[in-house]
Amino acid sequence: MKKLYYPTIIEQKQIAQGIFSMKLQCDEIAGTALPGQFINLYCKEHELLLPRPISICETDKQKGTVMLVYAVVGRGTESFSRLQKGDMIKVLGPLGNGFKIEKGVNIHMLVGGGIGVPPLVELSKHLKGEVYAFLGFAHNPILVGKLKNYGAKILVATEDGNVGFKGNVIELLDKKDIKGDMIYSCGPKPMLKAVSEWAKGRGIRAQVSMEERMACGIGVCMGCTRKIKKKGEKDWQNRKVCTDGPVFWSEEVIWDE
Amino acid sequence: MSKPDMKINIAGIELKNPVMTASGTFGSGKEYGEYIDLNKLGAIVVKGVSDTPWKGNDSPRIAETYGGMLNSIGLQNPGVETFIKEDLPFLEQYDTKVIVNIVGRTIEEYCEVAERLGDTNIDMVELNISCPNVKEGGVAFGTDPFMVEEVTKAVKKVAKQPLIVKLSPNVTDIVSIAKAAVNGGADALSLINTLLGMVIDIDRREPVLANIVGGLSGPAIKPVAVRMVYEVAKAVDVPIIGMGGIMDGEDAVEFILAGATGVAVGMANFINPTATIDVLSGIEDYMIKYGFNSIEEIRKGLVISDF
Repeated sequence: MKKLYYPTIIEQKQIAQGIFSMKLQCDEIAGTALPGQFINLYCKEHELLLPRPISICETDKQKGTVMLVYAVVGRGTESFSRLQKGDMIKVLGPLGNGFKIEKGVNIHMLVGGGIGVPPLVELSKHLKGEVYAFLGFAHNPILVGKLKNYGAKILVATEDGNVGFKGNVIELLDKKDIKGDMIYSCGPKPMLKAVSEWAKGRGIRAQVSMEERMACGIGVCMGCTRKIKKKGEKDWQNRKVCTDGPVFWSEEVIWDE
Repeated sequence: MSKPDMKINIAGIELKNPVMTASGTFGSGKEYGEYIDLNKLGAIVVKGVSDTPWKGNDSPRIAETYGGMLNSIGLQNPGVETFIKEDLPFLEQYDTKVIVNIVGRTIEEYCEVAERLGDTNIDMVELNISCPNVKEGGVAFGTDPFMVEEVTKAVKKVAKQPLIVKLSPNVTDIVSIAKAAVNGGADALSLINTLLGMVIDIDRREPVLANIVGGLSGPAIKPVAVRMVYEVAKAVDVPIIGMGGIMDGEDAVEFILAGATGVAVGMANFINPTATIDVLSGIEDYMIKYGFNSIEEIRKGLVISDF
């Protein structure tokens, strides 16, 4: 039977303004997680009841560790950021479906925006062939070193020009004009929409990892739906980000809402 | 020490224990079957089913609140035919009772679903006239005693299984609504559905939910729910299934002391996939601790002193 886990935090550090990385000792999750999956983290505070879905940045199957990189965006994530090495945390997972890794894909394009970059790290370890990582940030890049270590060619854009190209990641895609075989993207919705259009214009297939407010994370509450129209379907359906996604084919997402 | 007898009886149907699931928080059981033994539940109450598929509301549909959550799903479901074809065979494998929550926009739609379910082996029907998230049907029926009686009467006429009517707390006088449902032929009542609420994101200056308002559930509503069960239990003779913020066995016992025969676990499932089983063992512990031999004994055990 599946169950909740209560792993120990073995590392917690701030890696940029408002961004934290947390490493958990959890053999069960490390052993089974696929790139692009997420886990539910639960707050200690009784009034903050709902789990927070956080994407898995990286796992180490040998050591049984799971690394998460998350932004403090509200009271729940703020509470996580106050936990320290040695503390325990309640978690559920791995949850959702990961990125699809297909054979015959030689040039991979990772496109990440801000706190959408973490799940691309684990993914990059599983891709064979050339991997380009287009990474967009407001000011401070994160996880660039890791992606570079795993062999990705790094292309960074910052909105204020602090590091790399000055502009957004779509402008950077335009400028470099690399013709990949597959795009894997995670980031804010407007960026995913733009990536989807960019990919369509160049005939490149794209997978997008979506985010939505969730309650259960396991496909029951129906809270986290997005409008998705699968190939061959006449009309869209509200599909669950948690168990139908979080990764969808970009051409199946209804973006205009 | 022998285990206490936890059996209950609702409208002639015997449940092995009083613990059920609250409609909409347990899907059709499949997902939770990976975390718990569904055979241990008194009954599974499945998510609301309509005559044709419903798409539900736009996202965001979830907002967390202090000690609870708002939802505005809007009864998204694949329709009664898909339910019968895809979900019911799964549920039939288990030794538990199956209660199907039914929804509609009109009395005719409610009746169609109830009639269709009459051909199946489900154990009971729960009439949902209390969902606050749909424009037609739902709570529009559940807030007017006359309409409650009409829709209950119409569905009772066509339903082949015992009929539970699920009540909305968004009313001035829950007792008059409960009496109307019983007059219409309800075999049992379940309460409460969610309380209508609203959350505003002050940075964006817009409501968090796309639907603007939604139904509040979770521990935050428990005292309201217990009070309403208490009031209704005093006023009607049919069994009551109590729910609203039950997180553990102690919460469940409060509802039984207030007059409920059965209890349903809702939002707690989202926080703890084994919540139903934990509630069950918590009730059992309470019975052992205080020497109760049946749920009925607890139900009659509330002490109200005159001061």
